[in-house]
Amino acid sequence: MPPEPSTSYAAAIAPALLDPTRAVPTVVIGPNGKATEKRFGVYRNNVTVSLIEALAAIYAAVLRITGNDFFRAMARFYIRSSPPRSPLLFEYGRDFPAFIKRYEYAQSLPWLADVARVERAWLDAYHAADAVPLAPHALARIAPERLASLVFAAHPATRLVRSPYSAVTIFAANRSAEPVGRIDASTPEDALITRPDVEVVVRQLPPGGAIFISCLMAGCPLGEAAAMALKQAPTFDIAANIAGLIEAGAFTSIAPATFGDGR
Amino acid sequence: MTIAIRLDAPATMPLRFSPPIGGLAGTSFKHEHLAAILAEGPQRGFFEVHAENYMGAGGAPHRALEAMRRDHPLSLHGVCMSIGGPRALDRTHLARFRGLVARYQPALVSEHLAWSTHETGFFNDLLPLPYTAATFQHVCDHIDEVQETIRRPILLENPSTYVAFATSTMSETDFIRSVADRTGCGLLLDINNVFVTATNHGFAALEYLADFPLSRVGEIHLAGHAEQSDDEGDPLLIDSHDGPVADAVWKLFEIVIQRRGPVPTLIEWDSSIPDWPVLKAEAARAQAILDRAHAAAVSDDRHAA
Ligand SMILES: [Fe+2]
Repeated sequence: MPPEPSTSYAAAIAPALLDPTRAVPTVVIGPNGKATEKRFGVYRNNVTVSLIEALAAIYAAVLRITGNDFFRAMARFYIRSSPPRSPLLFEYGRDFPAFIKRYEYAQSLPWLADVARVERAWLDAYHAADAVPLAPHALARIAPERLASLVFAAHPATRLVRSPYSAVTIFAANRSAEPVGRIDASTPEDALITRPDVEVVVRQLPPGGAIFISCLMAGCPLGEAAAMALKQAPTFDIAANIAGLIEAGAFTSIAPATFGDGR
Repeated sequence: MTIAIRLDAPATMPLRFSPPIGGLAGTSFKHEHLAAILAEGPQRGFFEVHAENYMGAGGAPHRALEAMRRDHPLSLHGVCMSIGGPRALDRTHLARFRGLVARYQPALVSEHLAWSTHETGFFNDLLPLPYTAATFQHVCDHIDEVQETIRRPILLENPSTYVAFATSTMSETDFIRSVADRTGCGLLLDINNVFVTATNHGFAALEYLADFPLSRVGEIHLAGHAEQSDDEGDPLLIDSHDGPVADAVWKLFEIVIQRRGPVPTLIEWDSSIPDWPVLKAEAARAQAILDRAHAAAVSDDRHAA
């Protein structure tokens, strides 16, 4: 049995929603022979504007930096090239930072994509699963000779964003309501994003800190992660860094490394 | 169904029966109002949330919703189920919806007669459908599936629309009545949507309401709309939820409540959100109308005895 014509209404309407160059689908009509241009335009407008608003809510610092008109134009291009696949809008725009990096008119702001990555990580941390962070004194109970072999389980909210620019400073300055002064964008910065309870906290990591936590998050034992950090930053302070990460709520538990995994 | 469904009931959420919701006015719950609402303490009224905003794993949204739910009846309003779409429901989304119903045990659960997903694209709007034998069948199938999954009936909301379909073979009210008869679902009557749709399609809202199966209505929505114009320059009303309820919609509400008696009634306000006292005052206006109808019904009972 061929499908009734009415089952194709969604197939007829969907492609025209995000593409203003397409004609209004002929399946829709106005009452009493009225035209459908403005009427169908309401749906087109709702779809695009609501998705722009969703991106503006996620990427508030990018919006503040670029200004409303620039942001909306950029978002419009992005929405057409990457419409959402999930009905959960807080999942939308995962590849928006990559889009910004390629976006022709944003080339004069090379750090903008990294600011967007920090904002994306912020939202992921905000919605991450709840977990009780590792207690600050957790390491005090461990015998010193066993410390090097400890492995750490990351908190579900913990994120790391590395940037060759001052992405953390620019992010922080543009997420507050305060006026933004001049920022030297050329200092490389690494962001640690954590959410020990409900508040998301973004910190800047010291030199070596990013490699240290990315090793720990990948499951390396503490000793190995510390060696990697020292190799990159000879002044790296292991005790201060591990205490700082625990205090930030980056981990939920520690365990001795298991033998036989090649480490 | 191959999807594993987890029933999350964390220790922070003591399972409690919902406080009664009958005859109450409520408001959309917005996070910016959380502090003001909690500062006032438990109050008479219910709160409605969009289910999709609480489909994240954890964090502040769930903490806020738990705090609200502890002392108030909750209405869980789904926006993205695509009940009116021709394609099968998204099972992952349905499982998430079921998880929320199980976790928060809302007093009311509702969804829309509309679609928002097609193939793999999500359009984040409530899109219209023709009213035909074929769409009747898949709307009923979708509602059956939702109700079987969450193990309770839903309320189906009438849409606001800007276009119609030449292929439609029945009126919206006939369609909605038949769906309710077939699936056993209740109805969410959005009176602003009725007013918007009636204006946009050139019929009288009162006629629509006269045809609407009021006995199946388990919740009412009231909201603000915006006015634009169509290609011919006539008014085209937009269901914008960004301002106070229009006088004409209040009038229709009073007529419906006189006929139907008190029903839980929500002030929907989703953008250009005002300070809490403004929203609360709108709800108080609805509550006064509900209370008058309740008092009249009680006095009718006494006279009948
Ligand atoms: Fe509504």
